[in-house]
Amino acid sequence: MDIVLAVQRRFGYVSDEAIHTIAANIGRHAVEIEQMVTFYAFFDRTPQGRCRIRLSKTPVSLQKGAREVATAFETSLGITMGQTTPDGAFTLEWTSDIGMADQEPAALIDMRVCTALHPSDVSQIIDAIRNGLPTLPNESVRSGVKKAGPLLSGPVGGETALKAALSLSPDKVIENISNSKLRGRGGAGFPTGMKWRETRKAAGSEHYVVCNADEGEPGTFKDRVLLAEFPDLVLDGMTIAGYAIGARHGILYLRGEYTYLYGDLQQRLVARRGARLLGESICGRAGFDFDIRIQLGAGAYICGEESALLDSMEGKRGTPRDRPPFPTEHGYLKQPTVIDNVETYACATRILQEGAPWFLGFGTQQSSGTKLVCVSGDCPQPGVYEVPFGITLNALLDLIGVKDAGYVQMSGPSGEAIAPKDFGRTIAYEDLSTGGSTMIFDQTRDVLEIALQFADFFVDESCGWCAPCRVGTTLLKRELEKIVAGRATLGDIRAIDSLAQTVARMSRCGLGQTAPNPILTTLKNFPETYEARLRSEPFVPAVDLDAALRDAVSVQGREPITQAG
Amino acid sequence: MATILISVDGIAVPVAEGQSVLQACDAAGVYIPRLCSHPDLKPAGACRVCTCHINGRPHAACVTPAVHGMVVENNTPQLTADRRRIIEMLFLEGNHTCAYCVASGNCELQALGYRLGMTAPTDPYLWPRTTIDATHPDIYLDRSRCILCSRCIEASKQEDGKTIFGFDGRGIVMRLNVDAKGGLGATDMAAVDKAASVCPVACIVIKRDSYRVPNGLRRFDLSPIGSDIESKR
Repeated sequence: MDIVLAVQRRFGYVSDEAIHTIAANIGRHAVEIEQMVTFYAFFDRTPQGRCRIRLSKTPVSLQKGAREVATAFETSLGITMGQTTPDGAFTLEWTSDIGMADQEPAALIDMRVCTALHPSDVSQIIDAIRNGLPTLPNESVRSGVKKAGPLLSGPVGGETALKAALSLSPDKVIENISNSKLRGRGGAGFPTGMKWRETRKAAGSEHYVVCNADEGEPGTFKDRVLLAEFPDLVLDGMTIAGYAIGARHGILYLRGEYTYLYGDLQQRLVARRGARLLGESICGRAGFDFDIRIQLGAGAYICGEESALLDSMEGKRGTPRDRPPFPTEHGYLKQPTVIDNVETYACATRILQEGAPWFLGFGTQQSSGTKLVCVSGDCPQPGVYEVPFGITLNALLDLIGVKDAGYVQMSGPSGEAIAPKDFGRTIAYEDLSTGGSTMIFDQTRDVLEIALQFADFFVDESCGWCAPCRVGTTLLKRELEKIVAGRATLGDIRAIDSLAQTVARMSRCGLGQTAPNPILTTLKNFPETYEARLRSEPFVPAVDLDAALRDAVSVQGREPITQAG
Repeated sequence: MATILISVDGIAVPVAEGQSVLQACDAAGVYIPRLCSHPDLKPAGACRVCTCHINGRPHAACVTPAVHGMVVENNTPQLTADRRRIIEMLFLEGNHTCAYCVASGNCELQALGYRLGMTAPTDPYLWPRTTIDATHPDIYLDRSRCILCSRCIEASKQEDGKTIFGFDGRGIVMRLNVDAKGGLGATDMAAVDKAASVCPVACIVIKRDSYRVPNGLRRFDLSPIGSDIESKR
């Protein structure tokens, strides 16, 4: 992965020659390198513009004016989205969510992040790139914290948590985590203590600690905030996990979109090695050696799925694995591996600092602690809000000052579209389990247009390994297009519902199993928006015959005869 | 040693050490429809046709180790419908014209379509544009019929020790790729390779060999797919 990343960075694409050279040097076949390279969105097989401008395309970016910004870029550069300027200077394109939902419209410009773009900024940005300025206009990422709770307030970067952990036996550390009832913050909610215990018990020549910082779920950006503003909270947590499970190696898998954080994080690692918080004999404890490296990703939502992430770290396509075996036994390089979310490690640090009973003081019976909720969309103050589990959506909306939400997309496209009648539901593993993404749409927004954008997202991000997801996501998108275009009948609704359920039941991993959710949850919660677009005929063909024959008609120069009756 | 048993649609199926649910059922004469799985190759879990409800949850039988006491639902109306739907999807994804395809009667995709009761898919075809690779003297590749089962990739790597095949791209535009820019003819693929004989459809075809057995007398013309397994019971 690192070799291909370096080639891409240096040459702007990965040529046939590069593929062959890499293959020869690492003793693999070219076809194996090629299948890995062509998997990732940020690797190119053909030369592209010297400067890559990637605009984030999400329902939130579009409502904030991304299309207008795109038009400004198109006009300035004289090309359309997806094209390269004739002089080879610029390539302009859309990309999936880049983790900036609180400051859209945003763009990745050669992996630098520009936020809060306005069409009037565009000419200055292009001038700055042409003149090779070190910093671009709008090249900044705002702090995202709007409300800090117990996790985000309190001491950061101290050794207290690490020392507290080292004063206990590894088993005791795991017992502490288990007693706190900490559950995975990615949304699946697996008990962290149990995961650590299983991994510690599993036999292997090495044990690994992996931090999943591949937050690709549209609308989430809490990991960005944690890694940018509270990196030690996360790195402490990984180190504690290393001590608990008996690992010497930690790996932080950082999504390619967050390349801009790479330098600062590396510096943190260097500083921590200097302070003996990483490396050999951590905090003077002989025999406790642990270090962390950063693995950059290259643009694949699926790599947020833990087993796909492991394959990606091993330099393969990010294809999910079948389980069992679980990563706790066969993880990275087939060794026992703990994979946790960025926020989970931050929580673990606080638990060791303050104790399990303190942590149990927040949240509900089954969901202890607090949750970082990433609020974006139609709201006055987008950002990260730390709230205790058990808060209702209504209370959350009050907190962030939203009065008339049309609906809330909880936990991203793979989550649920929640209608106002259900705003009494609570954020907790036992009700609305969430990774954090909370997109708010006011009453003027078109539920189905947004569902269609999500359906499109899953088409782009399906890894292709299993048939129901690979083909099903495309079929679902086409069916939904027909409905949005007002060409569907009641039969089409039944068909899309049945297809969506098949894809959800038969797909191999979480991506395919949740890809139909934008359709299934809007069908359930917003049936009226579907009904409003239906035709009354019993059947309308998918193909518009008149439109399809338009070319032939214009060549012939005469209109076909319309059948009477 | 106590016998390991699983229950499949109420039938007690004995399990040998290390068997998957699919393998155990095959040995016991209980047929679970499957497409990408091949008896000589490591299971890929790619087609998901062999998905069963195992202890109440959907799992692909080919990659699920059989554990004593498992309760497996295989032959249910919903699973049959879901499996049929996957077969339909594969028909929509490629250009599968059985009527004049060399594999007709030997094709596992076609045979499953019949066995699962597929009539005509209700969704529109995707009509992919793919190329035929006829560069090899003895074998040709028609990617429009490829169902991305990964059998040839696995067979070439593990059985033939060659690594001729791989994937290219991801998602709906994913294609079968070969280990040479010049096409299959520029690789050291041979017609006797395992990889040349495991294709379930007619993507990898041996030239000048397709009509030794005439249509109407081929494997699945004579008995439905799975009947060999069921005859063991």
